[in-house]
Amino acid sequence: MSAVTDGYEMVIGLEIHCQLKTRTKLFSAASANFGDAPNANTDAVCLGLPGALPVCNKHAIELATRAALGLECTVHPVSVFARKHYFYPDLPKGYQISQFDRPLATGGRVVVGANADGSARVIGITRVHVEEDAGKSVHDRFAGVSAIDLNRAGTPLIEIVSEPDLRSSADAGAYVRAVKQIIEYTDVSDANMEEGSLRVDVNISARPRGSTTFGTRTEIKNLNSISGVERSIEIEFARQCGVLAAGGEVEQRTMLWDGVRNEVRPARSKEGSPDYRYFPEPDLPPLVLEPAFIEAHRAALPELPAAKRARFASQYGLSAADIEQLTVTTTLADRFEAVSKASGDAKRAANWILGVVLASVNARGLDITSHPVSVERLAALIGLEVQGAVSNTAAKQIFAILEQEDAEPSLIAEREGLLQVSDDSALERWIDEVMAEMPAEAARFLAGEKKLQGVLVGAVMKKSKGSADPKKVNQLLGQRVAPG
Amino acid sequence: MSDRSILARSAADVAADIVAGVLPTTAALDACRDAATSVQVGPEGLNAALWFDAAHARESLTSASMHGALAGIPVAVKDNIATLRMPTTCGSRMLEGYVSPFEATVVARLHAAGAVIPMKTNMDEFAMGSSTENSAWGPTKHPMDPARVPGGSSGGSAAVVAAGVTRIALGSETGGSVRQPAAFCGIVGVKPTYGRVSRHGLVAFASSLDQVGVFGQSVDDAALGLQVIAGVDPLDSTTVDAPVADYRATRDITGDRPLAGVVVGRPLEYFPASLDPAMRALLDRAADTLRALGAEIRDVSLPHTDLAIPVYYIVAPAEASSNLARFDGVRYGLRVDDGDGLRGMYEATRSRGFGPEVTRRILLGTYVLSAGYYDAYYKRAMAVRRLITDDFARVFASGVHVLLTPTTPTTAFLAGTKKDPYEMYLSDIFTATANLAGVPAMSQPIGRIEGLPVGGQLLAAQFDEATMFRVAYALERALGEEAHR
Repeated sequence: MSAVTDGYEMVIGLEIHCQLKTRTKLFSAASANFGDAPNANTDAVCLGLPGALPVCNKHAIELATRAALGLECTVHPVSVFARKHYFYPDLPKGYQISQFDRPLATGGRVVVGANADGSARVIGITRVHVEEDAGKSVHDRFAGVSAIDLNRAGTPLIEIVSEPDLRSSADAGAYVRAVKQIIEYTDVSDANMEEGSLRVDVNISARPRGSTTFGTRTEIKNLNSISGVERSIEIEFARQCGVLAAGGEVEQRTMLWDGVRNEVRPARSKEGSPDYRYFPEPDLPPLVLEPAFIEAHRAALPELPAAKRARFASQYGLSAADIEQLTVTTTLADRFEAVSKASGDAKRAANWILGVVLASVNARGLDITSHPVSVERLAALIGLEVQGAVSNTAAKQIFAILEQEDAEPSLIAEREGLLQVSDDSALERWIDEVMAEMPAEAARFLAGEKKLQGVLVGAVMKKSKGSADPKKVNQLLGQRVAPG
Repeated sequence: MSDRSILARSAADVAADIVAGVLPTTAALDACRDAATSVQVGPEGLNAALWFDAAHARESLTSASMHGALAGIPVAVKDNIATLRMPTTCGSRMLEGYVSPFEATVVARLHAAGAVIPMKTNMDEFAMGSSTENSAWGPTKHPMDPARVPGGSSGGSAAVVAAGVTRIALGSETGGSVRQPAAFCGIVGVKPTYGRVSRHGLVAFASSLDQVGVFGQSVDDAALGLQVIAGVDPLDSTTVDAPVADYRATRDITGDRPLAGVVVGRPLEYFPASLDPAMRALLDRAADTLRALGAEIRDVSLPHTDLAIPVYYIVAPAEASSNLARFDGVRYGLRVDDGDGLRGMYEATRSRGFGPEVTRRILLGTYVLSAGYYDAYYKRAMAVRRLITDDFARVFASGVHVLLTPTTPTTAFLAGTKKDPYEMYLSDIFTATANLAGVPAMSQPIGRIEGLPVGGQLLAAQFDEATMFRVAYALERALGEEAHR
């Protein structure tokens, strides 16, 4: 298919804003809780009252440091807050306290899958800085007027700026997932895109393939889903290519994504690029982090996604696809490892977790750690399966009972008659009955029509209500046609 | 009728008598109320007090615990320092009727020490000015000559103390706004080290220069006031957790040579050839007095002094343009809805809310922070500011303990005579350096020229207010009534 985009390459850099999981705001003691009544979580500082001064939230700095280390950045012992000025009703002070020329951290990297040649695909992180969020303007609540909710004003954010290393919408989506995963692993944010605790700005430009210079970029602001990131990139790229192919020039400007109409359109035009008049925040001394503080946080970092994936591969010998799924969150990975350890069978543990357990967790809308079937019960159940005491089918039935009733799986198996029967005489009796009930199929099978064995095994399994050991049944049926 | 003689005694003595039960708790407040009436501190007279509520203050007194260093002592507070109940308007139409829902740390500390705050005092709008002519609520008059200005921007507080209505008042300093009016009005005015006193609740003008300052009728009144409000505050991250000395420790030291071992520097840049000879003579007399008290007088140099005014008028407006961005008509204060959308509301509100001097400085500050100008102005100014700071550090490291200079180039000028803003800016020429360098400084009366007070300025190393007060106490005692002649 020939498209307007043929012959062009996209160059993308992302800015990810991530709300840090603190009890209070970045510069005041007001609650940072989400979802409360409008303006309930405000105080003199977040209202920008005359005479109010910011006081830096230490916990926010700890979380930001942890995130920056998780993104493999260099965390600087001295960074500086700066004021970024613009007038908007949901920005109470007329400036946002951010960081500018001396950010908290610089020079990180994130592994995003693999390149075509199999090598790790590394996306550079330019910087991670700390800043306060603005409030929210509500334009559709009251007729004819806008309302302002300042609950979000002053909540702590980190902004993670990538290098312009991304080359496709899928690349960008994978990068967002990878960063989100690191954020979740380091437990610094809920990283919930629907609630706005993780938001993405896309910087995108198009250039002729083979070119090494960058084209003029546009910025798509405030994307709150990965599909929005991917779709808006495709649409904006096509638009830019169209402009370039027609001999035009891309105008540097801010765009907005409309996910409902599936379109990217220019933000209300501003003359030229905004002048934020940054200067160092005089109300806050430089942010000084002792090297011991930084090292303590580095030492306390959890195992990060890439390391965990590598370890799972070597330690458990699982497939890449299974590992990818198991390491999506640390809670899932931890659950898998617990079940694997308790049952002694990593492969079965992985199958159970990714299959039956996740389906049940999702159906119940639960967190895996609060699922009613405990690690010990699941491990015991897998143990029964490994011993051959129950079939996989029976095990699934027992699992369903365990969801309702906390009991020893072996006792349930016994009570429900689900213990696998491998006793020859019992099996022979069922086989005899099936052969008698299905004379035609039996005759053809005995005459050498091998493919009918499956039908007969199925019938035996049915007759035994799943308790027959299918391996054994196969073996016994096979003996009946064996010569001699 | 109250006992007016109470106002002739030091705040410390009166507070001690109130604590001891020798004086009724309301004695000082009643004297203050009657003095305020007789000198007319309100708009009908000096226009020094914007808000005066002795009745309410009296109520708060009876319930207050009377044990503190300022027990029962009325303290006037500048209108840019947040108080509960009374408005905090910063002398601006923008904040007409605005009452803060929280009080400044300095106000809380005054209350905790037993002080009572019966009034808010007039000021140049948002502390921008040197004459208290820039108030939206009209100019304050000089208590000794209504045709003259009391200085500014804390002119209301200076006038109230000079008129004998209170012994102590709070002002604020960004470039000399306490010391200059103290000099004009013939009282004591102290600007502490940057970081010595909390700015929480002080409406910001230029955050890196602002400090709350104290006026006193005497050195001891000012030292006592500072003692109460000084010290680190968790609500202001720029305060410093340095020990607060006993500023009044040297108040009673007498003897032949109480300043033996003290080196007083005289920076030649503060004594230009153009200096009024009468003022030079008063400074010489002060130096001779200090020498007679045992101090060594040493001529020193602070070579970057002449850059202070240009640097100040870049840094201060830059920070002001940022600090005053919050006055947008959205959440509190004035809003002028002109029906022309958000931008129209911003423009109308800010055009009508701010007076011409504030507007001028916002524009200047916005300009120097703009892309393409930042490096040439703000960044460069901050580099020069460092040189000015280093000048002081070098002099104080060389064994000099305090510096002696004139506080102002002139005595109180006639109202309405400084039409050119730049000419007005030059009245800060000897004071702005201390704010830029963050060092403590104070002005005290050292004599008069044609009946108008002249201030002598003492400056000390950062956080060494104690030495500054030691010299000030000795000089005050030695000059005696000469300081007011």
